[in-house]
Amino acid sequence: MSQPRDHSLQDPPALPPEFGTGPLVRKNSAITEPAWVRWLLIGSALGFLSLFLLLPLASVFTEALRDGWGTYVSALREPDAYSAVKLTLLAAAIAVPLNLVFGVAAAWCIAKFEFRGKQLLISLIDLPFSVSPVVAGLVYVLIFGAHGWAGGWLAEHDIKIIFAVPGIALATIFVTFPFIARELIPLMQEQGTDDEQAALTLGAGGFRTFWRVTLPNIKWGLLYGVLLCNARAFGEFGAVSVVSGHIRGQTNTLPLHIEILYNEYAFAAAFAVASLLAALALVTLALKTFLEWRYADQLAAARRH
Amino acid sequence: MNPFKPKQRRAIPGFGLTLGITLSYLSLIVLIPLAGVYFKAAGLGWDGLLHTLGSARVLASLKLTFGSALIAALFNAFFGLLVAWVFVRYQFPGKRLFDAFIDLPFALPTAVAGIALTALYAGNGWLGQYLEPLGIQVAYHPLGVVVAMTFISLPFVVRTVEPVLAEAEKELEEAAATLGAGRWITVTRVILPSVWPALLTGFALAFARAVGEYGSIIFIAGNIPMVSEITPLLIIIKLEEFDYAGATAIAAAMLTLSFLLLLLINLFQAWTRRSRNR
Repeated sequence: MSQPRDHSLQDPPALPPEFGTGPLVRKNSAITEPAWVRWLLIGSALGFLSLFLLLPLASVFTEALRDGWGTYVSALREPDAYSAVKLTLLAAAIAVPLNLVFGVAAAWCIAKFEFRGKQLLISLIDLPFSVSPVVAGLVYVLIFGAHGWAGGWLAEHDIKIIFAVPGIALATIFVTFPFIARELIPLMQEQGTDDEQAALTLGAGGFRTFWRVTLPNIKWGLLYGVLLCNARAFGEFGAVSVVSGHIRGQTNTLPLHIEILYNEYAFAAAFAVASLLAALALVTLALKTFLEWRYADQLAAARRH
Repeated sequence: MNPFKPKQRRAIPGFGLTLGITLSYLSLIVLIPLAGVYFKAAGLGWDGLLHTLGSARVLASLKLTFGSALIAALFNAFFGLLVAWVFVRYQFPGKRLFDAFIDLPFALPTAVAGIALTALYAGNGWLGQYLEPLGIQVAYHPLGVVVAMTFISLPFVVRTVEPVLAEAEKELEEAAATLGAGRWITVTRVILPSVWPALLTGFALAFARAVGEYGSIIFIAGNIPMVSEITPLLIIIKLEEFDYAGATAIAAAMLTLSFLLLLLINLFQAWTRRSRNR
């Protein structure tokens, strides 16, 4: 939230006791609104948030338990659900580390050096955020699909990418591409190069400087980026849906498994699986809020609130 | 001596390595695959492109997608500004908790959001049972598209406007007040102008996200051709019919729009930075 500022306006001091209790002027009324306006605004904002955020979230858990605890547990213990969990974890386990290495490399060259075209590079890194996930899936089908450019060659060598794990991993990498980089770039830009210069002057090598000086400086920002990247990797639907082929028990991730159950009218089971992902989202939000609160000074300025 | 080597070595090592990794990874994962869409679309020629994009079903889906995204982004611009204002300026119980929940649409998988919203707004749902007797159908109706888009793009405006409002100098408001401006005049003439660039950035981000959204919408929209069928779904339908040319044509159109929006967002962001540094 907004940080206390040293030049913020203060309430006027209280009068001596002989003038009665309480301050002479209750608030600095020139720069705030009457109480009824304040509460009206707060009420509408919270009403809006409750209606659009809390109600959907609550309905996930209610619907999941509608048919009782037994249905809930059996929906999660089904072998198809189990293999969907495994595939989702696998896709995230491939996508997040790769984007992590990329994110650190990109932030290093963008934050520590000056070169032409830097602003363009930053925009291009953000590009996957504004591309529709469906288009992201489609591009890989066009390249690696049976009728794609590399399709014939892949078929000859018996390599499956589309409708298989590599395609799902690729689609996940695409949609989670910018998360870690865009956390680290502003953070490392704020930190500058003084610490690294000092380490290098004292004789540390480049890699050692990164490992012992830079990494400790950025570790909470890095964790923040990984957290968001991971949440998106677990939940991606559109891009993965295009490349997966929806083969039950083989190429279904958790979000796709929800869709199949839902389209088969197994609503309680669909919501049971959905509640797993919703719980994960809540854990992500809790960790994120904790990081913003506890390590505010070690995150990029935009995240300190 | 190598004449191409810079005379003075860069103080910090690793420029070549990290830039190399960045550019190759970016090209392999993002740029080359996206260029592939245009390459394939160019093979169709103008006639082929226009034939696909001009069909009634595609035009109806484009109208629905862009129209709904515009309404959702406008709605979020209004409420996002309100929420940002309330969270920056006022104190109230539960503030921290609500603040954490604002990012829920980023953390909650879109498929989960989709089925949850459908359950809420369906005829027997918590909200649908009150809305349908009033003649307001949300689920399986174009209005459902707007609701889903509003949900998934909700945090953008709040999160872009919040820091600007927090930095706004209260001295300016005081000055306005001492010069005789009422509170309403101060808010609309002094505070709002400084928030405009951030508001536009948030609006454009929300719009871009809403246009591309697929996961949450297909559950609630009902996907009736010509009525509640969004453009990304149409790409998937074309793919399932093995109409790769059609899918590519639509994808190329959407991608071009993404680039334009990205350009616009960058301009807005530059404007935000300039007005904040003034």
